[in-house]
Amino acid sequence: MSKETIQISLTDRKGEVHQLEAPTDMNLNLMEVFKSYELPVEGTCGGMALCASCHCYITSKHSLQDPSDDEEDMLDQAFFVEDNSRLSCQIKISEDLDKLEVRLAPVD
Amino acid sequence: MIKTDILIVGAGPVGLFTVFEAGLLKLRCHLVDALPQTGGQLSEIYPKKPIYDIPGYPTVLAGELVDNLMEQIAPFKPSFTLGERVEEIEKSGEKEFTLTTNKGTKIQASIIAIAGGLGSFEPRKPPIEGIENYEDAGVHYMVRDPETFRDKNILIAGGGDSALDWTIELADIAKQVTLIHRRSSFRGALDSVDKVMELANANTVQLITEAQAVGLTGGDSLKEVIIKPKEGDPYPIAVDNFIPLFGLTPKLGPIANWGLGIQKSAIEVDTFDYSTNVEGIYAIGDINTYPGKLKLILCGFHEATLMVQSAFKYIYPDQKLSFKYTTVTGIQEL
Repeated sequence: MSKETIQISLTDRKGEVHQLEAPTDMNLNLMEVFKSYELPVEGTCGGMALCASCHCYITSKHSLQDPSDDEEDMLDQAFFVEDNSRLSCQIKISEDLDKLEVRLAPVD
Repeated sequence: MIKTDILIVGAGPVGLFTVFEAGLLKLRCHLVDALPQTGGQLSEIYPKKPIYDIPGYPTVLAGELVDNLMEQIAPFKPSFTLGERVEEIEKSGEKEFTLTTNKGTKIQASIIAIAGGLGSFEPRKPPIEGIENYEDAGVHYMVRDPETFRDKNILIAGGGDSALDWTIELADIAKQVTLIHRRSSFRGALDSVDKVMELANANTVQLITEAQAVGLTGGDSLKEVIIKPKEGDPYPIAVDNFIPLFGLTPKLGPIANWGLGIQKSAIEVDTFDYSTNVEGIYAIGDINTYPGKLKLILCGFHEATLMVQSAFKYIYPDQKLSFKYTTVTGIQEL
């Protein structure tokens, strides 16, 4: 049976950890989940991978789909980029992301 | 001095459509935008993206929508000041404002409509400690005049088209051009990538990939940039100029200093007519906020339409405004 909601743990820029629940059947991305909890993520471009204001680090060992060229291109314009950097708007919520751990990147 | 009825801050889709609705009421408009072209985000960020929620267009490319808006407002002969940012707004008389741009252009208007979207687009500045100390002393966020860099040792940072294009162009002018990029591959146009690789192979340009600039040193002017490779220890390279090219990002900028009610980087308005807390100043489109606000182009069009009705009554309180459909009266050029 498929899981209808998953748990995500988000560390904000102050180091505070937030436990989030996200439904898997609403076609959400990670950025949208953060915003629904009113966490400090801009998501300026609305999820088109055209800004880097939802930049985050994946700190758990989940294997995610590799970033698309568009996402890599945008990360080139971001700062504080690490190997585990992603744009949260490009990560679709699905059941295999249960217990995902994420940290927000600093804002420039 | 430029004089107009409505000064529109921001030439994005909502600012442009304001000209149409104002024109129907025979109000003249002048638009100011920090970008060198009209269309705002639509032209700057996503001209080739299809938009699906413009009424009457099952799908339209963002760039096409801007072209169509420009055509639609042409009969009302709007004027433009592009590539300049409005810095100051001053109340200069009864129902009169005077605006000054960062380049000193002055514009007088009865009404100000702020259609500033996310703010004005400015170069993204790398968060390197102390970088602001070198902004007039070696660090440039854009290339205004290539001759500035003649016979200089320069370091360009970035992986996109502008980083590649300037690397190619400045290779002939500067003494030494070094390009630093976070990854080993580049995202720019294929021709430019090939050309940069050619220059690098010929040792005309020095390429540092999988590394980032993390520090700056120097006294009164820039002397060294500290490079941090993905693997290994940081090391300095000697340069005269550092040119980080990481694209543009919207900033609210001077709008925050105009005495308007601001909530989370947006201007508070009354949904009756999208007026702000300052009489004669309105805010429409993505820049405003009110209960139930949605940042959609189509909502901005609606806001612009109601706003100009209120603006007309503010400018001409004694004139009767009778509402007319374009199907009845057509378009009367201004």
